[in-house]
Amino acid sequence: MSRAFTPGLHVTASTLIRRRRELPLLGEVLVEMGDAVPVGVDVAKGELPGELYVLRLPERMGLEVFEVLGGLKKKAGERVNKGELLCEHAGLFGLLKTRYASPDTGVIEFITEKSGHVALRLPSKPISVDSFMGGCVVEIEEGKAVVLETEAAFVQGIFGVGGERAGVIRMLDIEPDKEITPSDLPEDISGSILVGGARPQLEALQLAAERGAVGCITGSIDDQVLAAYLGYDLGIALTGDEDVPLTLIMTEGFGNMRMSRRSLEVLSKHDEATAVMNGMTQVRAGAVRPEVIIPLESKSDHSIVDEQQLAKGLDIGSEVRLIRVPYFGQRAVITKLPKEEYQIETGAHTRVLHAKLESTGEEVIVPRANVELL
Amino acid sequence: MKKTKEELRTVLVTDCGSTTTKALLFEKTEKGWRQTSRGEAPTTVEKPVADVTVGALNAFTEIQELTGRSILKDSTEEHPFVVTEGDPSSGIDLYLSTSSAGGGLQMMVSGVVRQMTTESAERAALGAGAIVLEAISADDEREEHERVERIRHLRPDIVLLTGGVDGGSEVHVVEAAETLLAAAPRPRFGDTLQLPVIYAGNAEAAEEVKEILSPIAQISVVENIRPTLERENLGPAREAIHEFFLTHVMSHSPGYDKLLSWTPLPVMPTPAAVGDMVSSFAKRRGLQVLCADIGGATTDVFSVFHNEEGAPIFNRTVSANLGMSYSIANVLIEAGSEAIARWLNFELEFSELRDRLRNKMIRPTSIPQTKEDLWLEQAVCREALRLSLVHHRELAVGLSGGQKQRGISDIFSQQSNRYELVNMMKLDLVIGSGGVLSHAPQRLEAAMMMLDGFGLQGVTEIAVDSIFMMPHLGVLASLHPEAAEEIFVHDCIVHIAHAIVPVYSLTRLKPGTPLARVSFGGKKAGEVLAGEVTHIPLEQGASGELVVTPSSSKIDVGAGRGKKVIKEVTLGLHGLLLDGRNRPHEWPESEQERLTMQQRVLQSVGIA
Repeated sequence: MSRAFTPGLHVTASTLIRRRRELPLLGEVLVEMGDAVPVGVDVAKGELPGELYVLRLPERMGLEVFEVLGGLKKKAGERVNKGELLCEHAGLFGLLKTRYASPDTGVIEFITEKSGHVALRLPSKPISVDSFMGGCVVEIEEGKAVVLETEAAFVQGIFGVGGERAGVIRMLDIEPDKEITPSDLPEDISGSILVGGARPQLEALQLAAERGAVGCITGSIDDQVLAAYLGYDLGIALTGDEDVPLTLIMTEGFGNMRMSRRSLEVLSKHDEATAVMNGMTQVRAGAVRPEVIIPLESKSDHSIVDEQQLAKGLDIGSEVRLIRVPYFGQRAVITKLPKEEYQIETGAHTRVLHAKLESTGEEVIVPRANVELL
Repeated sequence: MKKTKEELRTVLVTDCGSTTTKALLFEKTEKGWRQTSRGEAPTTVEKPVADVTVGALNAFTEIQELTGRSILKDSTEEHPFVVTEGDPSSGIDLYLSTSSAGGGLQMMVSGVVRQMTTESAERAALGAGAIVLEAISADDEREEHERVERIRHLRPDIVLLTGGVDGGSEVHVVEAAETLLAAAPRPRFGDTLQLPVIYAGNAEAAEEVKEILSPIAQISVVENIRPTLERENLGPAREAIHEFFLTHVMSHSPGYDKLLSWTPLPVMPTPAAVGDMVSSFAKRRGLQVLCADIGGATTDVFSVFHNEEGAPIFNRTVSANLGMSYSIANVLIEAGSEAIARWLNFELEFSELRDRLRNKMIRPTSIPQTKEDLWLEQAVCREALRLSLVHHRELAVGLSGGQKQRGISDIFSQQSNRYELVNMMKLDLVIGSGGVLSHAPQRLEAAMMMLDGFGLQGVTEIAVDSIFMMPHLGVLASLHPEAAEEIFVHDCIVHIAHAIVPVYSLTRLKPGTPLARVSFGGKKAGEVLAGEVTHIPLEQGASGELVVTPSSSKIDVGAGRGKKVIKEVTLGLHGLLLDGRNRPHEWPESEQERLTMQQRVLQSVGIA
């Protein structure tokens, strides 16, 4: 525990991003190496095998197994159309007929002799995977996946809900620490990814969805608002497939926190630019954080340097956010990094750092585990 | 590294966990078997390294650096270890390992009757160290298409299919096989692999089940898990699970083929090793034991309680969504803000409580810095323990004999031969494990979390696993149980205190009314007073007779109403904890009284 610390989220004005776009099963890749692919067009397609339904005919028809087997009109491997007669039994000297029509179109996959059950395989369904952020095709795995690469501004959030969305960045004209209310939303936000403010009201999120916005990137959220927005309480930070009208990304967390200056700077430089976002979050091993990618026209020389700076970890002079009470949400600058363990108020011995609070100038001691690089 | 049990002097053991690979060195010293060193390194099963042995080698290197003992050789053609030959201070004799990396062993089980074959299947899977992703029953009130839909989205490592007693109806278990075929879940590892399925149901349906599932599954048929209504036969299914775990799960995890070649014994799933350790210790000592390992994402509960015939029965459950970091918000949802806040000795707005816990969920490695924040996490721990015990009690059941076999139509209502095994009054020892308990700044804090969370009753010894050594000892026990037990007693378990909790049916009892007299070694130690918690510090390690005498015939201290309890005990770090708060916990009606009570309780044991 003493050596753990959260290294911070990636926020860069320009970097090279690669993303693998993969079919869940073998299919066909639609692009070629070196192609420049726009945002959101299909790059691979395939066929998802149809679902298998077991039709329990003896139970459904009220017949014995042998009666069902004797009355079947189709054999294994044969096609049957929706509404077509599948089984017929004539009881009581042929006076009472019991019939069963196929509930769907498909192929009989097997018939179980012992139970009289019939398995019906439905037709396959087409599926495709799109280019998400777009870019240049730099790798192809035939029939399966492509890797796209693009220069982009890149902002990770701490937590999000909802899946991939593409839209146009729209900076909200409010202070970063202001609660987002319905009156803060412009009328013409259809197709927009809204950026700014903090702690959106539920009514604001609902109105944004009504007006056609596709995403919202903000500082923080109230957990009750999130529960009301999702329709249920979230138990673990494993998100991305929520059925929500607009994808949400919080850059800081729960409660009332303004967006970090760095994230806000990067995003505000691209007001009205096309961007893609994904709220998918997975806090456990192999952590996945939500992301905003804004593809850029030109390449920058600084991108790799930026990544390396983040990888360096904590240093004297590093700007950090403190993520536990009593300094929760405050920004500070590291002034000392003592090597030895220190006994904190709880009585635990852990490695700490000294940091100067931006708000008051006070110098405080906090566990290294409780800071994030900004 | 082929040495007999008697020749062993140095054993290196790793537990490859989801985040950390922990290596421990066990040595036979002049005082006996001891844990002498440990090294830790991040687990490396994920990209970019994707080779578990890299993390393991890093952990070995740390031990090598700390001890100066030469463990690793330069070339690693066969295995990387220096084998002890002439010089006993160099090398090792044996390497063993457990693993829960990559999310551990994940299974789906399917049975016919929820409280019979499905429950037996769950017990077999859990006992083998698995997490049960889903338990499907023919009587679970879901429509067929709902079951198919649910199964379709699972990615289990192994499926355990059960149902029907031998010679009974085959219809339901055949239908369960058809449901599985219709859903055709893909195994978690290896897209081209067939799904590993273990069939442990009605023997007469085995051939048909095999035929149905052959297009999608690799099937292993073992003895029926429930050959008769009143008999459970978990062993063969458990062995088949371990076999599949090695051949299908381990061998497809990055680097495990190499790791498996370094050790002469199978790599065990971590929880299976812990279960074996708890089970063998309890059985050898004749104790009834409860052990909880509360992690960031899940809480495992292990127990050994005696059944109606007096035989020790082992059970394990996993509360897969109760934990202290990744799953902390699930504890909040399941318990509610109010249930967590009732354990606090300070006022905290519910909205603030919720925000703090949700921020812990998304920043799981952060730690409490203030006392109040620590108490909040410890309050969550109490609720997680309480909920996980509720879950455990549901599954830890005994089966009465003499149950008449009835027709299959009656089986759906069959539940009368189950009885609850967990009896808190009879519990001898409770062991806590996991960061929040093992690394609580004060040991008494850990003791109080277990006292409150489990609602201990009667006379119970409270201990913690000092550094989560039980997985290592569990796998060692499979080869050398005596060495494992010696280390378990000396280095693993930290005995904290004996809790004495009278349970009474008296109403309108004035706070402070004496409930029981307590003496130790022939001397008066104290009195349990209604509504109070008292800490009696006594000499650590002192052995003697502990006598608890209830002051009324309506008070039970563990031997029945009005009867005294006499036990030979050895005292832990903090002597005795006398708890007169009755069970289940009674809470004052007013918030101010509740606060005052909690403040008094924590102050009286010296942790506030």
